[in-house]
Amino acid sequence: MNLTTPAIEVAALRKAYGDQVVLDGLDLTVPAGTVYALLGPNGAGKTTTVNICSTLLAPDAGTVAVAGHDVRTRSDAVRRSIGLTGQFSAIDELLTGRENLRLMADLAHLSRPDARARVDEQLARFGLTEAADRRAATYSGGMKRRLDLAMTLVSRPQVIFLDEPTTGLDPRSRRDLWQIVRELVADGVTILLTTQYLEEADQLAHTVGLLDGGRLVAEGTPAELKAQSGGETLDDVFLALTGHAAEVVR
Amino acid sequence: MTTLAYAVRDSRTMLRRNLKHMLRYPSLTIMLIAQPVLFLLLFVYVFGGTMGAGLPGGGGRDAYLGYVAPAILVITVSSVALSIAIYAAKDATEGIIDRFRTMPIARSSVLTGLVAAAVVQTAFAVTVVLGLALALGYRPDAGVPGWLGAIGILTLLAIALTWLCVALGLAAGSVETASNTPMFLMIMPFLSSAFVPTDSMSTGLAWVAEHQPFTPVIDTLRAFLDGRDPGSDAVWAIGWCLLVTVLCFAWSRRLFSKVRAG
Repeated sequence: MNLTTPAIEVAALRKAYGDQVVLDGLDLTVPAGTVYALLGPNGAGKTTTVNICSTLLAPDAGTVAVAGHDVRTRSDAVRRSIGLTGQFSAIDELLTGRENLRLMADLAHLSRPDARARVDEQLARFGLTEAADRRAATYSGGMKRRLDLAMTLVSRPQVIFLDEPTTGLDPRSRRDLWQIVRELVADGVTILLTTQYLEEADQLAHTVGLLDGGRLVAEGTPAELKAQSGGETLDDVFLALTGHAAEVVR
Repeated sequence: MTTLAYAVRDSRTMLRRNLKHMLRYPSLTIMLIAQPVLFLLLFVYVFGGTMGAGLPGGGGRDAYLGYVAPAILVITVSSVALSIAIYAAKDATEGIIDRFRTMPIARSSVLTGLVAAAVVQTAFAVTVVLGLALALGYRPDAGVPGWLGAIGILTLLAIALTWLCVALGLAAGSVETASNTPMFLMIMPFLSSAFVPTDSMSTGLAWVAEHQPFTPVIDTLRAFLDGRDPGSDAVWAIGWCLLVTVLCFAWSRRLFSKVRAG
């Protein structure tokens, strides 16, 4: 992937479950090294978009390229470039934090010394060193989410999907996670983030896409969107552009 | 490394993960072993005296112990397999499966790692139950070839029943369902040559018992442990095990490509 290839390129993406159309011709481009926030109410198609981009789900129509590879024909190449932290905790609760990270390092085929170093590094970075040898089942919600993200980062993915990464977290854990996202971007990682929290998009994203009814109804920097709709906050923007409020809990 | 080498490495990683699960859930392992142990004690000390008298050539409790011990070992294999359905369902309904599915790993390794762990756990459980049977006075006449044959058929059976239970676990959709659907594996041995010779059953039932897979497997194991040649029973036993393995392996892979957490 060179600098001019977008990290994520979605064109005319469609997905339906039976009669229910979830994505209705979605177009989306995320330049490498940026954060794109996909904002929308429940059922807008955010998770479906992430699942298709991360090879979990096959599209009905349209093309999706991640890190320059088509998700349908080159899914293995896509999987080598991505990391996913979803809404549901994807950790092994019977294993300790360290063992969870080691599992990821082994599956990423790191050598033994590399794996050990990478695991220690992640534990330190996510403030889990003290809890490293406790079973993940005993972790708090915030710790589980941090471990989840740490596991995603073990293999050093270039493109990271964060599906509602801070839903259900207390304000402090949320700010910690935002800090980590900023650090990742500083390292050149591309992030596609879905969120129901307008403040989160405002804080983190270079570009915000408003998803409603399976397509983008507006796209731009947080400042552009505010100017475009005459609203003070992204809440106002959402209301002005979709005719209804985003279901947000701030 | 080649694709195959990666697949083997990933399977080993998953094997370690599953063995850790089993070590951290000792109560489940104890329950799995307790079931065949209870059967052994019940059938030897409660029913054994009377059942032994009904064996061809007669005999008492000791003769019945010799008859039933191989069947109890087969039930031990079923008992462990049952728990694998629970592990498979647990994996399939939790978020970590989506993580595995978005990683560049050999997909089959998630399942083969589980089956390999099941074979290790089966070996442990069978050793414990066999040790108890020996302590109660079971004296198999097998020589080295007989023991090798016994280990071979128990391993094939463990692989077949585990793949069956992996498929049932993935198909279940919930841990609760997964703990129920494979229960027939505990019932089927009762309708086989496990506890009584099939020709002592009523005509219709005898026909069923003679033609269901557990009978040739148990008869083959019994022959090996008694130091006899199992003859055509071994062909049927191996055939059944391979058939179930191939079908359930394919079925599991299909199910695995479809499962979605959450």
